[in-house]
Amino acid sequence: MAHSYTPGLKVSERILVTKRRILPLKGEVMAKVGDKVQPDDVVARTFLPGDVEPINVANQMGLPPEDIAACMLKKAGDAVEKGELMARSKPLFGLKWFASESKSTLTGTIESVSTVTGQVLLRGKPLPVEVTAYITGEVVEVFPEEGVAVSAWSGFIQGIFGIGGETYGTIKTVVENNQTKLEEKHIDESCNGCIIIGGSRVTAEAIKKAISVGAKGVITGGFDDKDLREFLGYDIGVAITGSENLGVTLVVTEGFGDISMARKTFELLKSNDGKMACINGATQIRAGVIRPEAVIPTDMDVHAKDDADAFEQIGLHVGSPVRVIRHPHFGRIGEVTNLPSELTVLESESKARVLEVQFEEGEKAIVPRANVEIIES
Amino acid sequence: MLDNLDNINTILATDCGSTTTKAILIEKRDGEFRLIQRGEAPTTVEAPFEDVTMGVLNAVAEVGELCGKKLLDENDRIITPANGSEGCDIYISTSSAGGGLQMMVAGVVRSMTAESAERAALGAGAIVMDVIASNDKRRPHQQIERIRHLRPDMILLSGGIDGGTTSHVVEIAELVAAADPRPRLGSSYQLPVIFAGNKDAREAIKDTLGNKVDLGIVDNLRPVLERENLHPAREEIHNLFMEHVMAQAPGYSKLMEWTDAPIMPTPGAVGAIIKTIADIEDIEAVGVDIGGATTDVFSLFRPEGEEGVFNRTVSANLGMSYSISNVFAEAGLPNVMRWVPFNMDERDLRNRVKNKMIRPTTIPQSMEELIFEQAIAKEALRLAFIQHKSFATALKGVQKQRTIADAFEQDSSGATIVNMMSLDMLIGSGGVLSHAPRRQQAALMMIDSFVPEGITRLAVDSIFMMPQLGVLSSLHPKAATEVFEKDCLIHLGCCVAPVGVIKKGGVVLTYSIEMPDGTVSGKLQHGEIKLLKLGLDDKGQPRSAKAVLEPMKNLDLGKGKGNKVETVLPGGVVGIILDGRGRPFTMPTDENLRIESLKKWMRELDIYPAEALDR
Repeated sequence: MAHSYTPGLKVSERILVTKRRILPLKGEVMAKVGDKVQPDDVVARTFLPGDVEPINVANQMGLPPEDIAACMLKKAGDAVEKGELMARSKPLFGLKWFASESKSTLTGTIESVSTVTGQVLLRGKPLPVEVTAYITGEVVEVFPEEGVAVSAWSGFIQGIFGIGGETYGTIKTVVENNQTKLEEKHIDESCNGCIIIGGSRVTAEAIKKAISVGAKGVITGGFDDKDLREFLGYDIGVAITGSENLGVTLVVTEGFGDISMARKTFELLKSNDGKMACINGATQIRAGVIRPEAVIPTDMDVHAKDDADAFEQIGLHVGSPVRVIRHPHFGRIGEVTNLPSELTVLESESKARVLEVQFEEGEKAIVPRANVEIIES
Repeated sequence: MLDNLDNINTILATDCGSTTTKAILIEKRDGEFRLIQRGEAPTTVEAPFEDVTMGVLNAVAEVGELCGKKLLDENDRIITPANGSEGCDIYISTSSAGGGLQMMVAGVVRSMTAESAERAALGAGAIVMDVIASNDKRRPHQQIERIRHLRPDMILLSGGIDGGTTSHVVEIAELVAAADPRPRLGSSYQLPVIFAGNKDAREAIKDTLGNKVDLGIVDNLRPVLERENLHPAREEIHNLFMEHVMAQAPGYSKLMEWTDAPIMPTPGAVGAIIKTIADIEDIEAVGVDIGGATTDVFSLFRPEGEEGVFNRTVSANLGMSYSISNVFAEAGLPNVMRWVPFNMDERDLRNRVKNKMIRPTTIPQSMEELIFEQAIAKEALRLAFIQHKSFATALKGVQKQRTIADAFEQDSSGATIVNMMSLDMLIGSGGVLSHAPRRQQAALMMIDSFVPEGITRLAVDSIFMMPQLGVLSSLHPKAATEVFEKDCLIHLGCCVAPVGVIKKGGVVLTYSIEMPDGTVSGKLQHGEIKLLKLGLDDKGQPRSAKAVLEPMKNLDLGKGKGNKVETVLPGGVVGIILDGRGRPFTMPTDENLRIESLKKWMRELDIYPAEALDR
């Protein structure tokens, strides 16, 4: 029988986190199994082929394409300097000022010479690319010429949406509880280099203040779409993020609007105040989903066995802690009390499989199964 | 095609989508093919499973359990051929899992060979990531950077008519060679590149690209300016899709061994069934499939009585979940809100849209959410159709000989061939249309977004089985068309909409329709919608009614301004919708009048419960 489940976001006090740190092309691996690494350590390095610049030498020299081979002073594969002569036509009547020339526009190599189009392709110097460890941990596997896997027993929190790439800093909780809005007044110079923890929604002003004091990241329950547009300067059409470079990485744990961070998530972050967190805002909500995350590495031996190792995604069952992720109960947290198997007609007149949930406040409601997610632990 | 179709009685078909794998079982009963059961299961292409066949087996197992038929053997293999009451005679599949087929196309002139190449790729079911052309206004290094960055599954290279330019097309090949593109899936094989351009350039193309990519050469897709020859390129795309792309995706090599026909890209299969039906019925048809991330529009028109011209477009970022925020951004709040019969708080709305984007699998629980979601769907469909109309054009660059009689015609080469007046049938598919709680909601969504003119049949795909029927149509056309007609299509009815400028408050149409329980006559006023219920017969097929329709003197219903139309109108689960709101359709600008009008139309068609409109 088909197995169905409602995937949720992982929130765990201790889990063995393993990050594959892989180069975009083959290159050199700088670490070996057993190495202890820090977030900034370079674990693999390679060179991307340089940019290509085509020059139509035939046009430049006023020659038919088939004639340029005879005029080339350099051949494919030769190195050239910017401004260096690549081709010269035979001088008319032996007078050199009647000769036409073509010079390289960059420093690099000659990729190809075409006698069909008269084009010479120049390739610039290779561009170095480095991959860092991202988290504090131990190298547990090396993929020759590709990269490594770094592991660490860590606290782990998956967010729902984020902005900005990988960074790390010291956790600093600046609000009293998970329901407190994160505002400008909560942030000061002491947040420099820190990952600021908020409660419910973070305001645009607070984000700006975080950037101005040099904070590395912000983890918060909710964010307003209006503030997101203001913060980014454009409206996000599809949720593919991570390449923004706005001076701070943002991880939103619950969603858009005034919504409190799940108490468990807040407590976990707060209990790690002063420790280092490695966070990444990259989000991709498509096939191959990527969620933003916060990893709080510990110094526990990566080879140690632990009950938490048995982390497994299991299906919905009576007693599962869930979060409602759509109106009219959006953001509310409760426990599944019944899972009727038959289809139920909703207020919208759609038929769907539902569940009964009892919220933290004691009230019960019927919600489509598609509209909840399991709070995993 | 199979040798003996008479021996085929049981057909199993799956469609491996990005998130769900759907299976259907078709059987021949009493001499005709009918859908027996459907089942679904999560697709298992990605980690932790990384084997598409697990999802296929789960979906097939569900079908088997639901209809009490053994389809899998002890080793979890599909039983084929059928053995008595067990197993199936044919197993086929389509796939869009793992992002579908992603291509880049290139040509010399953007609006000519590059556009023909784009049409070939789209028609084969691909997502076209970018179109590179000599005149696309990008500098060569930018084009190279783009090719390198995108990592397509394959590239289709065209350019030059036969005997025409060689240097320009070789120049494009040089850019591809310089980019040294890597395929998206797996790095152990060379990127497939198909050359379908000037035959005189083939040797130079081989010299330029032969060592760098896996080069295939087919007939020129634009051998002369006046004609496209897209079939060889499309065939090659399908072959390479199987050989390279599918073979790289986890589990597909196993799945390919199981199927009795090549696995087709899902949109290619949907296009095939729409084209088959339009050809069999000799009609012009538009089909739309609105998904979570993308919206596909297919059309087959016969401009000037020519052979049918098929077009497909993919609006890559118009969809109802992953791309919902983009629909909102592209259409703008006022365009979405004009379809909502009450006021809502903007900040709250924007946050709701973003929450749907980040949690795309949620469904509307409240009526307010459903109304809002259907308003967004109308805009997604409208925008996708605008894109389709601008792409489905006559060939550009063709010189037309004109006579003095053409002097006042505005047509030019490259004009759209989409003609809403001659369109016979509009078919909707995708969750928001197929699963709308009331069928009239689907009808109104299609009418408001496509704005059909004259008389147009409306239908929806009941459970989105067009992909499976599309691939089946290549193997067993009779089975595919029978199931399509009887089980796949839900006939909604038709829309009757006079075209022309309407004076406010006037009568737009007088009608006399012979309904089963007596003739109904009346006048349709401007701004009015009327629903005449004309359902299905005992066999589940739409009833029809003779009708005499007389538009007002400046309005056209297909026979010219003011001319009477005597016809037979098809009914369906919704009925005959007389739409007097005008073509072009404009929404009242006054806010109160807009809401009042919307409520009036929605009440007449019984779109939503009365209490939802009275809030």
